Amino acid sequence: MEYRIALAQMAPRLGDLDANLGLAGDRVRAAADEGAALLLLPELALTGYLLQDLVPEVAMRADDPRLLGIGAGAAGMLVAVGFVEETAEHRYCNSVALVRDGELIGLHRKVYLPTYGLFDEGRFTRGGDRIRTHDAGAPIGRIGLSVCEDFWHPSLPMLQAHDGASLLVNVAAGPSRAPGGPAGLAAIGGWHKMQDTYALLGTVPLAFCNRVGNEEGLTFWGGSRIVAADGSTVAQAPLWEEALVVGTLDTDDLRTARYGLPILADERLELVRRELDRIIGERAGIDGVSKD
Amino acid sequence: MSERAPLPQIEPALAIEVIVGFIREQMTQAGFERLVVGLSGGVDSATVAFLAARAMGAENLLAVRMPYRTSSAASETDAMRVVNALGCRTERVDITPMVEPMLALIADDDPDALNVRRGNVMARQRMIVVYDRSAADDALVIGTSNKTEALLGYGTLHGDMAAALAPIGDLYKTQLRAVATELGVPPEVIAKTPSADLWPGQTDEEELGRSYDMLDRALYALVDRRWTVDRCVRAGLPRDLVEWVDRRVARMEFKRQLPPTAKLSLRTPGFDHLYPRRRPGSRRE
Repeated sequence: MEYRIALAQMAPRLGDLDANLGLAGDRVRAAADEGAALLLLPELALTGYLLQDLVPEVAMRADDPRLLGIGAGAAGMLVAVGFVEETAEHRYCNSVALVRDGELIGLHRKVYLPTYGLFDEGRFTRGGDRIRTHDAGAPIGRIGLSVCEDFWHPSLPMLQAHDGASLLVNVAAGPSRAPGGPAGLAAIGGWHKMQDTYALLGTVPLAFCNRVGNEEGLTFWGGSRIVAADGSTVAQAPLWEEALVVGTLDTDDLRTARYGLPILADERLELVRRELDRIIGERAGIDGVSKD
Repeated sequence: MSERAPLPQIEPALAIEVIVGFIREQMTQAGFERLVVGLSGGVDSATVAFLAARAMGAENLLAVRMPYRTSSAASETDAMRVVNALGCRTERVDITPMVEPMLALIADDDPDALNVRRGNVMARQRMIVVYDRSAADDALVIGTSNKTEALLGYGTLHGDMAAALAPIGDLYKTQLRAVATELGVPPEVIAKTPSADLWPGQTDEEELGRSYDMLDRALYALVDRRWTVDRCVRAGLPRDLVEWVDRRVARMEFKRQLPPTAKLSLRTPGFDHLYPRRRPGSRRE
């Protein structure tokens, strides 16, 4: 069965919740017109990225009506949207919510907060401690949510693939460095290689929505895309500029891909777990754990 | 020169797209439409003028030429080439009568130190002029410092380094020429020998004692690629050059940062009162 995904590559306004809710509403209507079953808005779409001490000012609870109402007027459409979440314990997280018809279907708190190089996220937000998938019902099935840097840790998408994800979703605020330079880790080519690889190795389609625009001298590169379970590109947004890009996935392709390449089913998870336990034990200096 | 320690590369069209987007965003977020640039006739300020005109339109750019009595005639000719190519507004403000009373107070036995002090006075006087013009013209001052200068501290604090935004601050001197060519900066301006023109016959490379080619190779290796001095030397760069650059980058750190504050209170700007420059409420009405 076919379904359509819309990627809203947009430039949120830094620290301006009301303006960004308006921008998000525009994208919701446009995606509904395109018949999308799922719309992705970027990481921190409701707040902008370089918030620093604005974090508590723009934070909202995951049950905030402004968040849950984001897809109002687009009945039945799923919306994944990045925001600053304040938990019941007043933890501030860089989160992505999956909402539909005013209901919270799923929530992921960015696990890996980059705090190196030009990044300072761990200074202002706290990391999540769950890697799960969320049942979105037919036709999409289970969605594995993640935020930007989470994808630089292959364990995360692979855990989600093993946890039954039939679609990986990554929302991002990726700033460009050395544009046009050789494809290093930070470069755009590195992101594309990684996405193709996850789709291929997880035999799972993937949707990636990266923001654009400029904050305080950082330019976000966009380049949002949808990749099929065989690693081929289904839709590709332009670099640097705002766009609403729509692509179609077919659930039959997942079935075909996993019969032809049953690597997910063949994975020796008990072996992986045993070796991970050993490595963790050695690192932590736990007695009785040896390299042999 | 050893290609194992290469010059930094740049894709000019891409760099221009990023910088133009940056200028527009800064202007929108600050609530301004106009820019003022101090136009020297050199490639840096010419490139900035072209970028500013592309971002905001030439009609929104005021290029201020600020000669001193010893400034070379070629500087004025080249500045006018840029103005004519862009069709931007321009003003000529002779800084001679402004700086002469101050320069008359400066005496130093060491001619090099004297040149530096006199050069700083001129650079700071030009800053006063462009900031005054920016107030009169309802504009922001757009900076012309490049990455090579910023890293080597080859500029005057509160002089030519003063600006509201720094569009070419992450472009090395040797990358600028490619960007300038792509922008259509007049070739005479791109080809000329870099000079601050603070005294007759001054050239950047003579004053720095090294070529921009070599300086940028060393800076790119040390800063962008995080190489050690030894690795730079193994890649073929002269040890004395690399050590000089390494020390100079460290010594000039103060020029790249706000002055340190003695922390006393619970919350202090720069330590734990941290906000983006542009946020709700920061835009002028």
